[in-house]
Amino acid sequence: MRKSILLGTLAVVGLGGGAASAATLDDVRAAGQIKCGVSTGLAGFSAPDANGVWQGFDVSVCRALGAAIFADPSKVQFVSTTGQTRFTALASGEVDVLARNTTWTLSRDADLKFTFVGVNYYDGQGFIVKKDLGVASARELDGATVCIQTGTTTELNLADFFRVNNMTYEPVPIETNAEALQQYLAGACDAYTTDASGLAASRATFADPENHIILPEIISKEPLGPLVRQGDDEWADIVRWSLNAMIAAEEYGITSANVDELAKGTTNPEINRLLGTEGNLGAMLRLDPAWARNIITMVGNYGEVFNSTIGEATPIGLARGLNAQWTQGGLQYSPPFR
Amino acid sequence: MEESRFVRTEMLAPQAPPLGEIGWIRWLRDNLFSSWLNGALTLLAGAAVVWLAAGIGPWFANAVWNAGSLAECREILAGAEGACFAVIHDRWLQLLFGFYPDTLYWRPTLAFLLLFVALAPALFPAVPRRLLWFTAVYPGLAYLLLWGGTIWGPLVALAGVPVGVAAFLALRPALPLLAPAAGLVAPVLWWLLAAGPVAGLLAAALPWGLAPVGSAKFGGFMLSIIIGITGIAVSLPLGILLALGRKSDLFLVKTICVGFIEFIRGVPLITLLFTASLLLNYFLPPGTDFDIILRVVIMVTLFAAAYMAEVIRGGLAAIPRGQYEAADSLGLDYWKAMRLIVLPQALKVAIPGIVNTFIGLFKDTTLVVFIGLLDPIGLSTAIRANTDWNGIYWELFLFIGAMFFVFCFLMSRYSMHLERRLKTDHR
Repeated sequence: MRKSILLGTLAVVGLGGGAASAATLDDVRAAGQIKCGVSTGLAGFSAPDANGVWQGFDVSVCRALGAAIFADPSKVQFVSTTGQTRFTALASGEVDVLARNTTWTLSRDADLKFTFVGVNYYDGQGFIVKKDLGVASARELDGATVCIQTGTTTELNLADFFRVNNMTYEPVPIETNAEALQQYLAGACDAYTTDASGLAASRATFADPENHIILPEIISKEPLGPLVRQGDDEWADIVRWSLNAMIAAEEYGITSANVDELAKGTTNPEINRLLGTEGNLGAMLRLDPAWARNIITMVGNYGEVFNSTIGEATPIGLARGLNAQWTQGGLQYSPPFR
Repeated sequence: MEESRFVRTEMLAPQAPPLGEIGWIRWLRDNLFSSWLNGALTLLAGAAVVWLAAGIGPWFANAVWNAGSLAECREILAGAEGACFAVIHDRWLQLLFGFYPDTLYWRPTLAFLLLFVALAPALFPAVPRRLLWFTAVYPGLAYLLLWGGTIWGPLVALAGVPVGVAAFLALRPALPLLAPAAGLVAPVLWWLLAAGPVAGLLAAALPWGLAPVGSAKFGGFMLSIIIGITGIAVSLPLGILLALGRKSDLFLVKTICVGFIEFIRGVPLITLLFTASLLLNYFLPPGTDFDIILRVVIMVTLFAAAYMAEVIRGGLAAIPRGQYEAADSLGLDYWKAMRLIVLPQALKVAIPGIVNTFIGLFKDTTLVVFIGLLDPIGLSTAIRANTDWNGIYWELFLFIGAMFFVFCFLMSRYSMHLERRLKTDHR
């Protein structure tokens, strides 16, 4: 039952002690929904549509969890978080899982006491320039003015890149992405640098996207992935393998279209184990045997989600690149379902 | 010699005044071209207006109202400059209600309309006093309409007031000095200890109520208005108490009030909001479900109350000492003197400052965007994150600005009306 605000206050003052964070899965089942922290708005990754339904690449991770645990991808409560509030929201239990384009770094993993369960998008910092600048590589940017968001790791990466390549640049420090784009379009800087996925998403919104190019160099590693609180390995396993199930499904050619056909049994034991027709992998995670099948039916495999939210057919238009399957020369690689 | 005289025997018909002295020509001369300098300034200003209209006009004139995305807008405009108000057409309900379930939109709408019914007796003397009863129960009713759930929560919470009154009346004959304190402590005890279990029992016995809607669904102007109105309604009485406390002779009361006011005023609102959203989470036991909107409302209210206290203290300072002494000489006790003599005058003096604080508070609610609540500004970011509307700025901000203007302008007009009504002309 939902606690009212007033009673919630009373609970705080009066009762004190709260639910232990040890068994997130039990809490989630009791609440009947997963509280999932997402970005307040990042094109292609998480945004509410006209009906208030959250859509996007990061959002699909949460929906996959809903499908795995409740066989219903709508049983997710989305909590919008900003760059400042995201870690506290997770640490304090306001959200059960954070799927908010967060870079996996050592300090966040160890110092902030979180567990990154995998990488759903390999990003990196890139540059966008106007075509008539006549530049084809970031190494030709010597002496350029560069728009840069202040207080981000991108600022440090930029300094490193130019120092390593023995080049000079003039930074134009800017507060927000929206402002930076306006400055770049107004010609206040030759180049604008931020995560390559963000550049692609922004370029899609220009009135003349064909006159801007994103340079091929990626100057930093930004592995983005979902994360959970440290100390509940069972819950971390569920999130980790839900993501892996999507990746593995693409590798084995299981799509939302053919999953029902394949679930009748195939000659490939790996597919059978994944779809729950063989073995008891679901029970090991304390989930329904059809958990992975539900993910693929209701949300889709990794490639399907990628293509429908940020892929080349969408206005965002991101190529698979590093995010292709390992069999296709990318980095997406799921450990075996055994 | 005959005297030649001329005496007019009939009145001349009045002539129309010269053309230069009437109508629009006179108006133009008086107001726009009364001197060479003013004439030149008029022409310059006129040129500026025309220049601006020529610049902005086409943008409005070409506005597209029906399109599915920014790209479609650009297609329809075919290279011409023009606003893409289709985004407002597509998302205005979301900007008003956030993610509130669309089948339940009647509930916040009804709560909003009833708000005016509840405010009317407090704002306009022509409205029957009996309606004040509705004002008293309105907070519980609004809570029930907005958040839904069992009707017993708000009812039991409201019951704290009669509990306090009962304690006060019961103790007054025996211990007249302790009675007011008991009147304050009893409801607090009721809310802390008894309200939860009682509401739970009643809800289990009689499960009446509305479908619950979680705080995560709240957003848009609904959120701004909830935070703003609650903050405004609670900060005024709190501010009055703080201002009186600051002027009090009791050392402890005075110290606490001064400390509170100076601390809150010395801290930016955004800091308090971050405290509400981040720090409280670390202090409270894990798993505590302390509603984020409630946390924000509390912080915003405390912030506004500190400012309100200083505005009202300004009003109190404007009352001549003789008024206090007059009240004393009538034999009124402190509360009666304040209620009947001092505060009515002080509050009247402070009206512009009070409304100023209200308007500031209402606009400050947009700061919640920094803690991830989706107020109109936050929603504009979220809408822009949708691939359909990515890259749209002005249209959304214009709409949001216009909505805020309507509310703030109404508040400002009401305060002017109030000042005129209370004008007693002693200068």
